[in-house]
Amino acid sequence: MKFLVFIEQREGKIRKASLEALSLARKLSGAPAAAVLPGKGVTALAKDLGAYGAGVVYVADRDELALYGTKGYVGALDAAAKKEAPDAVLIAATAMGKDMAPRFAARNDVSVLADVMDLRLEGDRLVGSRPVYSGKARAEVDCGAAKLQVATTRPNVFAAEAQAGAPAARVETLELGDLQPRARVVKVETSESKELDVAEADVIVSGGRGIKGPENWPVIRDLQEALGAALGASRAVVDAGWIDHQHQVGQTGKVVSPTLYVACGISGAIQHLAGMGTSKVIVAINKDPEAPIFKVATYGVVGDLFAIVPEFAKAVRAAKAE
Amino acid sequence: MNSLVAVAYVPDTETKIRIAADGKSIDESDVKWIVSPYDEYGLEEALKTKEGKGAGAVTVVCVGPERAKTGLRECLARGADDAIWVDSGDSRYLDALATAKAVAAVAKEGKYDFLWFGQKGVGYDESLVGPMVAELMNLPHVGNVVKLEIGDGRITAHREIEGAHELVECSLPAVLTAQKGLNEPRYASLKGIMGAKKKPIAEKKLSAMGIPEADAAGAKTRWRKLDLPPARKACHFVPPDDPAAAGKELVRLLREEAKVI
Repeated sequence: MKFLVFIEQREGKIRKASLEALSLARKLSGAPAAAVLPGKGVTALAKDLGAYGAGVVYVADRDELALYGTKGYVGALDAAAKKEAPDAVLIAATAMGKDMAPRFAARNDVSVLADVMDLRLEGDRLVGSRPVYSGKARAEVDCGAAKLQVATTRPNVFAAEAQAGAPAARVETLELGDLQPRARVVKVETSESKELDVAEADVIVSGGRGIKGPENWPVIRDLQEALGAALGASRAVVDAGWIDHQHQVGQTGKVVSPTLYVACGISGAIQHLAGMGTSKVIVAINKDPEAPIFKVATYGVVGDLFAIVPEFAKAVRAAKAE
Repeated sequence: MNSLVAVAYVPDTETKIRIAADGKSIDESDVKWIVSPYDEYGLEEALKTKEGKGAGAVTVVCVGPERAKTGLRECLARGADDAIWVDSGDSRYLDALATAKAVAAVAKEGKYDFLWFGQKGVGYDESLVGPMVAELMNLPHVGNVVKLEIGDGRITAHREIEGAHELVECSLPAVLTAQKGLNEPRYASLKGIMGAKKKPIAEKKLSAMGIPEADAAGAKTRWRKLDLPPARKACHFVPPDDPAAAGKELVRLLREEAKVI
């Protein structure tokens, strides 16, 4: 069973989510997979993909590919697929991956198993599990009549496994034609000072209406820093203008699957649960014993977050110092 | 500047989801249906564009069973000029490629500068249809749009990615998918609701459009089974009376029991 895995990089750094997809491809097929890596100045990154499961890496290293563009990046993926003729293509379900997968699929007259949280093989057919209805149900899905099977994998769910002693990947150059994009990225505005994005984070600390006002973010940030986490927020505080939408976790925010999610002063409305309900471990701190968040929390404290959170942060720092 | 706005009619977020007897769809009794929230941002932006230019029409299209017409009427009540219903016959899961081919066929019959989609539909949550339509129609697309600036036959769209915004320039016509933050969708006025009754809803049948993926046999993605997520264990409560002790106990549990820190 031949896999082709798309490798995402931004500014010369390979996304961990792509390494997760690559490791998954090796695990499912029992053999190294092919990979494709478009970008500018990325050739040097390719051979290290061998450790994560790449046998061959098709590299498209061009000035025009410095910034993401659908035409160039999907073109590179398509060119690699034509060369490799895989049975399945895996793409991490990041913003870039979600932009590329449907275009690549439609170009090849197939569809996508989108944002799968589990993936296995039955013979040579992929069977995936994906959340639907805002995470309130799970669908077991397959690619039906499609010859080429395409799936996007939810970040932070599958393991990125570097195997010691795996040979370096073989690098092949992809020839691409004209790369003038029709939708051209003219500027990238980084919204905040290099904040870890919730969608990438293994640990998230979130604040909700219980923080009472934006002047109290330092209380939440204290715990965030102690845990090395990303900062999340409920819709209520985003709508109130207390923090940027980039931090919003929930149905109309980001959907996350961290190992640890700490909800401070968040009631746990269904729309919020839709965004974080698949977190491995959930800690909830809320004054209201009836708060719905406690129905999904692993550990809970019914108390004043202004008293509990600083002590929690202190205890985390003490434990990490041991 | 004409806009085509594709909308999905999906279960309301508050709806409790129950699995139907066939084990691969939801039990639709007691489900309240709404236009998917992200599609509302697309509709609102199309209406704003029409008002800003003082010209152009906004057409809404929905692929779905009979109830889709109610969703289309809601969009007409907010100010869309006309609607197209592609009757999918029944409620079962429809492959995104089938939906995309149906919308593309509708789009090709008109002359649209903007084709709006939600960045995902909160039913199937796939984020596929918009970019697929762009590919099928050989158009540029910008996803996750949080701000739109319209120039002369060109647009600059602010696209939300992880930790940043990309400013993307492209020519029209273009496919756009709407993200939260793009605008504040208006409510329908009473005048709008009354007026909507007179606006036309054209009907097409999905089964007559020659789309192989619309059939169970030709579908390129299938739902084999639908399940509720596994129930989580009951919450382990840590007493709050002594905050310092509570903090230490949380850390102990996370470290020794859950093994996550």
